[in-house]
Amino acid sequence: MSVEQGNGQKRLDAPLLEVREVSKYFGNVIALKDISTVVNAGQVTCVLGDNGAGKSTFIKVLSGVHQHSEGELLVEGEPTSFASPRDAKAAGIATVFQDLATVPLMAIWRNFFLGSEPMTGAGPLRRIDIKKAKRVMGEEMAKMGIDVRDPDQMVGTLSGGERQAVAIARAVYFGAKMLILDEPTSALGVKQSGVVLRYIVQARDRGLGVIFITHNPHHAYPVGDRFVVLNRGKMLGAWDKGKISRDELVKMMSGGAELDQLTHELERQLESK
Amino acid sequence: MSDVALKPTSEPPPTAVDERLSKVSFLTKLLQRPELGAMLGAAIVLLFFVITADRFGTLSGMARWTDVASTLGIMAVAVALLMIGGEFDLSAGVMTGTAGLFMGILATVLELNIWLAIVLTFVLAAGIGFMNGYMVVRTGLPSFIVTLATFFVLQGVNLGGTKAITDTVRVSGLSDAAGFDSASNLFASDFWSPHDFRISVIWWIVITALATWVLSRTRVGNWIFGVGGDKIAARNVGVPVNRVKIGLFMMVSMCAALVGIMITLRLGSVQAGQGIGEEFNYIIAAVAGGCLLTGGFGSAIGAAMGALIIGMTFIGIQFSGWNTDWRYLFLGVILLAAVLVNTYIRRRAEGARR
Repeated sequence: MSVEQGNGQKRLDAPLLEVREVSKYFGNVIALKDISTVVNAGQVTCVLGDNGAGKSTFIKVLSGVHQHSEGELLVEGEPTSFASPRDAKAAGIATVFQDLATVPLMAIWRNFFLGSEPMTGAGPLRRIDIKKAKRVMGEEMAKMGIDVRDPDQMVGTLSGGERQAVAIARAVYFGAKMLILDEPTSALGVKQSGVVLRYIVQARDRGLGVIFITHNPHHAYPVGDRFVVLNRGKMLGAWDKGKISRDELVKMMSGGAELDQLTHELERQLESK
Repeated sequence: MSDVALKPTSEPPPTAVDERLSKVSFLTKLLQRPELGAMLGAAIVLLFFVITADRFGTLSGMARWTDVASTLGIMAVAVALLMIGGEFDLSAGVMTGTAGLFMGILATVLELNIWLAIVLTFVLAAGIGFMNGYMVVRTGLPSFIVTLATFFVLQGVNLGGTKAITDTVRVSGLSDAAGFDSASNLFASDFWSPHDFRISVIWWIVITALATWVLSRTRVGNWIFGVGGDKIAARNVGVPVNRVKIGLFMMVSMCAALVGIMITLRLGSVQAGQGIGEEFNYIIAAVAGGCLLTGGFGSAIGAAMGALIIGMTFIGIQFSGWNTDWRYLFLGVILLAAVLVNTYIRRRAEGARR
């Protein structure tokens, strides 16, 4: 990989998304300052940071909820600013929010196509093409490695990881080139987190650019091609895989020196007991 | 896909129902049908009254209880759709009175043709429904409160307006209006003599079938479930949430107008207090039919069955020679039983998470 921290380097083909020194201010509050990274097709860029590090602001800028105050957003080499989430979606950027993605009491196929139902027939007989909807949903879920036995099963009966998969498969099917996954593993158990990480790899292998937001370096490290660590709205750094070890990442993400200090303090407390 | 990728999904969480057991899977599937409870309930009630009252099981008896169930059922189906969409309408009952009175005053005081009066009544109903919906989506207040306000406003207008215009508490003499006979043929006639089933039964069946079609086969139906199940998720995937909700409120008001018109044409007159208190019957029928109070789940057929249960109960009590006041006790029991069954079904349907 040729990308270093800071500005994106010269590439033969423009990356799916490039962020150049983007800042976001809310009044006099600096929410983000000089964030830069790239997202390539078929790669996973992990954005790490503790609570309050600026992860959500960063996603909101990328998904069109907020507009950046300074810097440049380039989509396939073109400078862009998203006025709304709809703009971002039109540019092929799909955001999968953790719990706001699916309706629990609806069948999987209904969820999959909610808002974009395939239609058949004309006039008063115009109706949802249920056969097609079920078939496409089955195929798309199979590509994610999930065998849906009953398309009428309610999404609420799926596990947390599988529900994420429905949202991801849906985003991919409806033309997303880039996926932003907001803390997809934070509410899941160990096993289910593994399942979701597998879906991330599946999406990557299908040529999508993925931004994986997480506060867990153990989840980020195995799937990431690039790691961006945020702390208090600033970028602590960006590394390609292989340039940073898991331990370094863990340390970096929790503020390195701060963690050492904390460890030290806790040990002392234990000793004094 | 590789076996490795399949592995995690083929292991359900420990508390989930194992779908490889076809028997359990079938039962779960059956329980997922919202109208199941109401169908069983209707069968039990039917059996009970056929045993206790001789006339109940005859065709003439059936004409009586389907009559009660039909106007109630039209409203129950409309209210069910609204409840699936996640909202309530407490003004639906009194709206039947408003519609009847409005049509009556247009036809008698202003001497308009009945058909024109009917069209204007539907326009008024659509407007009131729009106001309900618009206020709910704009203010974000619970529809319970917004439509409770509408309920009182309409009740006041019905009573006060009728007295001011007619000096009585009723509007009568519609049978003299132009077009009354042809309108009555469509909205308030009988068929199949000598049993005399009401034409409203046909309307009820048609509306239930139509609502079922919309819910299960159309885009709008999918949106109604989505909007009621999770408003934010639905909005995120591009469902026009506010338009769906406002449309549902308008549909309920217009169904109320239809019922009001039917009742008014049937009697040739209408009381100023018509429909007050009925809204709870509609909600009870919808809930008995499997609608969740929290939205996102239910069926039109279930609501129609719920109305059938209430219709059979009202007439069954009368036929059995008991004091008709007992019917309220039945209503309470039906509501409680339905809510308990629905809660159980919902738990089963939602299953284990994570």
